[in-house]
Amino acid sequence: MLAHMESDRTGPAIEFRDVSYQANGANILFDLNLMVARGETLVLLGRSGSGKTTTLKLVNRLIVPTSGDVMVNGASNGQVDLIRLRREIGYVIQEGGLFPHFTVDRNIGLVPKIQGWDEDRIHLRVQELLKLVGLEGAIGIRYPHQLSGGQRQRVGVARALAADPEILLMDEPFGALDPLTRDDLQREFLALQQRLHKTVVFVTHDLREALRLASRIALMEAGKLVTALTPEEFLKSGDPWVLKYVRAFGEGAASMVNRGRS
Amino acid sequence: MNVIRFMLQNHTQVLELTLEHLWLVGVSTALAIAIGVPTGILIAHRPRFNKPVLAGANIIQTIPSLALFGFLLPVPWLGSQSDRLAIVALTLYALLPIIRNTFTGIRGVDPAVVEAARGMGLTESQLLFQVELPLATSVILSGVRVAIVISVGLATIAAAIGAGGLGEFIFRGLAMVDDRVILAGAIPAAILALAADFLVGLLERRLRTP
Repeated sequence: MLAHMESDRTGPAIEFRDVSYQANGANILFDLNLMVARGETLVLLGRSGSGKTTTLKLVNRLIVPTSGDVMVNGASNGQVDLIRLRREIGYVIQEGGLFPHFTVDRNIGLVPKIQGWDEDRIHLRVQELLKLVGLEGAIGIRYPHQLSGGQRQRVGVARALAADPEILLMDEPFGALDPLTRDDLQREFLALQQRLHKTVVFVTHDLREALRLASRIALMEAGKLVTALTPEEFLKSGDPWVLKYVRAFGEGAASMVNRGRS
Repeated sequence: MNVIRFMLQNHTQVLELTLEHLWLVGVSTALAIAIGVPTGILIAHRPRFNKPVLAGANIIQTIPSLALFGFLLPVPWLGSQSDRLAIVALTLYALLPIIRNTFTGIRGVDPAVVEAARGMGLTESQLLFQVELPLATSVILSGVRVAIVISVGLATIAAAIGAGGLGEFIFRGLAMVDDRVILAGAIPAAILALAADFLVGLLERRLRTP
């Protein structure tokens, strides 16, 4: 199941074409053009209100663009079946957004269940995913409020992976965790990504996290894409906004690049 | 102790009127749930309807019950049968707490959870039945609880238009200036209200999300 099936789809997994978004008369996003290649981890970096979460939600159409097109696997995501589109895209948010009235098992197994898998297959899949994210099977009967923050986040990741989506959207998934747990989860994310090669769009405001996890960093400021660079390029860039961001995080940031990668 | 003696002497009638009372409250509450819960769901999802609907339900609540019974008397299909009329009036009164709590319960579901559900590809009806309603159940039930307690009290007034129920004793006692007869209606009504409150409360706690 987990051995990623090579898709015959060519071209970028996600592409933003002249995408703008306005809400209540305010411009949230201006004329965004950006491609996300298959298997890459694109980190959307920026401060609060820069438009990074908006950009993420445009992909699974939780937000509908005012103008422009968001292409997923080569097709505009406004032209395809919305429910199917979303089921093929994993979605992880801060604190996991777990269903408080479902056990861990039911949380993870929900998408397979509504897609009509039989109980045995769901059970096996849930066990497999729990192991994959470093949790023991016994945790499956617990409810989200009985878990630690790190465990909830792991369950959130397992749930997003349940139906083996090609694309994973992660909205500040590790934002609410203590530094040690965050470090663990970042390391596990890298290890997982080496095995699964998902196309990941990851939102964070933390430069260190971006440098560590990204294959490319897209810096956003006030609804505009400033630049999209690899972590190495990012640190060398002379762009004033990039410099500002790097300076704000101080000298230690440079040592974060690709730490934990082989 | 005169009251108890009176009630024992008239136990068949006490029982009969209690059952009538239960019938009025039960049917009207069931109707109010059948109308109120879907209405509450609707206004939780269509915010522009919530003000007019809640205002409407509020206005009904402010009409004095005797006046409402009176207003409904000339209505053709209702006026001819007083228990029908009483059920309609009680249903109208029970709507507000049920609609409001359904609305509040669904709006109270953590927006992050709703967004996660949408993002995972749940359809609107899957979202409603698997996420929103289960998480709102205990709030909705506490609305039902309030509605039942109000109905048990108001149903006593239905006797004024001849719809029966424990109000018969109360009105008769008032006319006879006899405390025993008033209490023979009031005590069972109070017990009914407390019992219903307790039972729905039990259900509410059982269904509360862990």
